[in-house]
Amino acid sequence: MNAAGMQIHLLYFARLRDALACDAETITLPGSNHDVATLLAHLRQRGGIWASELSGDKPFRVAVDQHMATPATRIPDGAEVAVFPPVTGG
Amino acid sequence: MADIHVRVQHDDFSLDAELARLADPLRRCGAIASFVGQVRNDPAGNHALTALTLEHYPGMTERSLHALASDAAVRFALDAVVIIHRIGTLQPGERIVLALTAAAHRKAALHAVDYLMDHLKSTVPFWKQEHHGAQHRWVDAKHADDAALQQWQAHDAAR
Repeated sequence: MNAAGMQIHLLYFARLRDALACDAETITLPGSNHDVATLLAHLRQRGGIWASELSGDKPFRVAVDQHMATPATRIPDGAEVAVFPPVTGG
Repeated sequence: MADIHVRVQHDDFSLDAELARLADPLRRCGAIASFVGQVRNDPAGNHALTALTLEHYPGMTERSLHALASDAAVRFALDAVVIIHRIGTLQPGERIVLALTAAAHRKAALHAVDYLMDHLKSTVPFWKQEHHGAQHRWVDAKHADDAALQQWQAHDAAR
């Protein structure tokens, strides 16, 4: 954590990765107080496909440091956050 | 402590080999149950399924499978749990997944296999993409109304 904000390593999988045309990126968010909801709001501000895919109209899941998360899950500095469609294995 | 073994791999697996690997030195297990899932030819209209690609989230997948196996071992008092899930591109008829349980009695072993598969399908980060010739289509989750989704919807409604 530092004055410049906090780093988040983002991963995207399956249909969402294809739709967003992005499999991984590292972003810096201002401040040090973020949860999944504020991260998603930040990503939706990019507009276009980011706003429509992450609006909640289509279901998706978020994992923080490889644990399933909710909108209220805190994001630590340097966290690995994955965004993906509902799973379909088995 | 149950013998827990989970693997994510490209290669095929053998039920016989996994059965042979089960150690039961005290001869406590009266029941072994298994489920093998394989690629079904689900045509899209009149286009046959030509292949299925399985993607996963490396790291989280193994962690989730191990947590699920440990949970089932306690819940059903299992002596052994094996889960093997394949990734990559598979042809119709190829094996995808193995769930194998060993317990003292039949019902625990059988129920545990069902429990493992139900939870694997809704909580472990694997995704299927169907190939119908040149057309590729991500498979939609069948239980989109599960608890996690309701949590998101409740959050959205409260905004």
